[in-house]
Amino acid sequence: MSRIGVAFDKARADGRAVLVGCMPAGFPTVEGSIAAMTAMVEAGVDVIEMEIPYSDPVMDGPVIQKASDIALASGVRTADTLRIVEAVAATGAPVVTMTYWNPIEQYGVDAFARDLAAAGGTGLITPDLIPDEADEWLAASDAYGLDRTFLVSPSSTDARLKMTAEHCRGFVYATAIMGVTGARAETSDAAPILVSRTREVTDLPVGVGLGVGTGAQAGTVAGYADGVIVGSALIRCLLDAPDQATGLAALRALSAELAEGVRTPIR
Amino acid sequence: MSANANANASAPAGRVPDAAGHFGRFGGRFVPEALVAALDELDAAYRKAMTDEAFLAEFDALLRDYAGTPSLLYSAERFSAKAGARILLKREDLNHTGAHKVRNVLGQALLTKRMGKKRVIAETGAGQHGVATATAAALFDLECVVYMGEVDTRRQALNVARMRMLGATVVPVTTGSRTLKDAMNEAMRDWVANVDDTHYLIGTAAGPHPFPEMVRDFVRGIGEEARQQCLDLTGALPDAVAACVGGGSNALGIFHAFVPDTDVRLYGFEAGGEGVETGRHAASITGGTSGVLHGTRTYVLQNEDGQTIESHSISAGLDYPGVGPEHAWLHDSGRATYAPVTDTEAMAAFELLCRTEGIIPAIESAHALAGALKIAPTLAAELGREPVIVVNLSGRGDKDVHTAGEYFGILDKE
Repeated sequence: MSRIGVAFDKARADGRAVLVGCMPAGFPTVEGSIAAMTAMVEAGVDVIEMEIPYSDPVMDGPVIQKASDIALASGVRTADTLRIVEAVAATGAPVVTMTYWNPIEQYGVDAFARDLAAAGGTGLITPDLIPDEADEWLAASDAYGLDRTFLVSPSSTDARLKMTAEHCRGFVYATAIMGVTGARAETSDAAPILVSRTREVTDLPVGVGLGVGTGAQAGTVAGYADGVIVGSALIRCLLDAPDQATGLAALRALSAELAEGVRTPIR
Repeated sequence: MSANANANASAPAGRVPDAAGHFGRFGGRFVPEALVAALDELDAAYRKAMTDEAFLAEFDALLRDYAGTPSLLYSAERFSAKAGARILLKREDLNHTGAHKVRNVLGQALLTKRMGKKRVIAETGAGQHGVATATAAALFDLECVVYMGEVDTRRQALNVARMRMLGATVVPVTTGSRTLKDAMNEAMRDWVANVDDTHYLIGTAAGPHPFPEMVRDFVRGIGEEARQQCLDLTGALPDAVAACVGGGSNALGIFHAFVPDTDVRLYGFEAGGEGVETGRHAASITGGTSGVLHGTRTYVLQNEDGQTIESHSISAGLDYPGVGPEHAWLHDSGRATYAPVTDTEAMAAFELLCRTEGIIPAIESAHALAGALKIAPTLAAELGREPVIVVNLSGRGDKDVHTAGEYFGILDKE
């Protein structure tokens, strides 16, 4: 079983959800992003979702776009992101990489899978790669034993939900709302329905993302999902801070609040 | 029934693209799962419409009575004398809204109505596609939101005013490079969030399947008309067809009917900007590499890490770092030839057409004219006679008067 699978099993045994925290690689710098992801793990984030910054992130809202732009402007390269995976994986937390497809295609799909596995990454979340177009990635992830997380959406038909889940390994990513990433005041009514529809077609754990920003929201999502995925709200801690120390302190505080949230599921 | 409807009703030959929208190794769908259902719905509606006599009749009537097609094929004698070739201009500049784009927006607006959606969104660079979309939205009583890079809203203030007059909301995009590609990102984000009641009216033959194939089919009347008009006028097919290529809808529109005529050379002229060697250009096929951008696999201007590089062209309509996947395939298969035309070459051709024919072309179309001037001597030598070249005059130059005036230094100082 994949390390992510182990993390989900352990959380399930503890009667709680897994907390997945997202941070762009190289934001604000390579070292800064390693410090941020390490702080998140220390404060209770179970799994790190490291996003490779991309110039045209169509699934992301303004917060992640801005952080990605800052990372790219600081000069982060795809090869650097592998170094970040290695450093963060050394904390012991599983590190899964979220990436738009073009950077992987340019690095070389097989070469990236090989190097990601060597760096200790668990696999990829692919927001703009659907299984229909993924032959090369299916082969490479099999060859190097990496997890594959494709997205399911409230608009997915039952047939697509089943097909997509069958191609996943590790966990399934359920996009809770129709829309881009970013913290919202309310989490979605569509999310519990999507999670239960997904559970009907797979035994894999289901993580819910898009919109979670507080401990209470994390608790709500933990009430019906196996994993709570938080991105923009964590990133904002760094974006809004006047300096790195303040940012990391805010990041730790929110991580701890979210970690508490996933341990008090509201059912 | 017009040539357009007849051809649309015929079975697609050889299945390119395949059912999943692949043109060889290009095309396909690189999109969030959230959009797949809408793309499937669109694909089904489009395929049904293309075999539905009522839809085709309505589309043809709109093209004829509202857009003013078939556009003329005009033998440009004085320009031809300078070119050393017989130049036949496909006058898409005379269409309502001033460009070939009206064909695509009318087709997609009709489909939007059939799908029961009440809102259309669009991206625009120079504003031409935005104006065309706002026009169709007014005609069909659809809510219309146009995303436009903030840089472009300032460069093209007049088109912003036009869209607003037509009832559209123009949203300046302040992310990324604040130009067309970012407007497209923002439109995609809107679509993901509002896909239930919204159709994304993409302005060129790019994006995820079925857009490249569908947009081509809505504009392929250009080539069908031109082919017949050329036969009627000269008794033969042309030796070559030339068009400018940004995203590539006008070029595909005029190429498509000629693709089976293997004796007819097809030339696509990309925006060479300040020269492909300078890196400041928008020539995705000549100066780019294979990659994934905006939902499709095609030639892309990108760095080694797959980050999109900003394009440069004096023509806002060609200023895009990607190209429709069918062009990528036509290039790889060798059926069409792609070459860059610099800003300087395009503006020289722009001036020549103004002075010889009394026609002010869009700067986009001036790239096709410049390309025709470049290939004419070679073709003449090869054929041993004056070649006949059909040039797609895809749009009129009214929108470019300010840019051209500055370029030629003919604006009075304030």
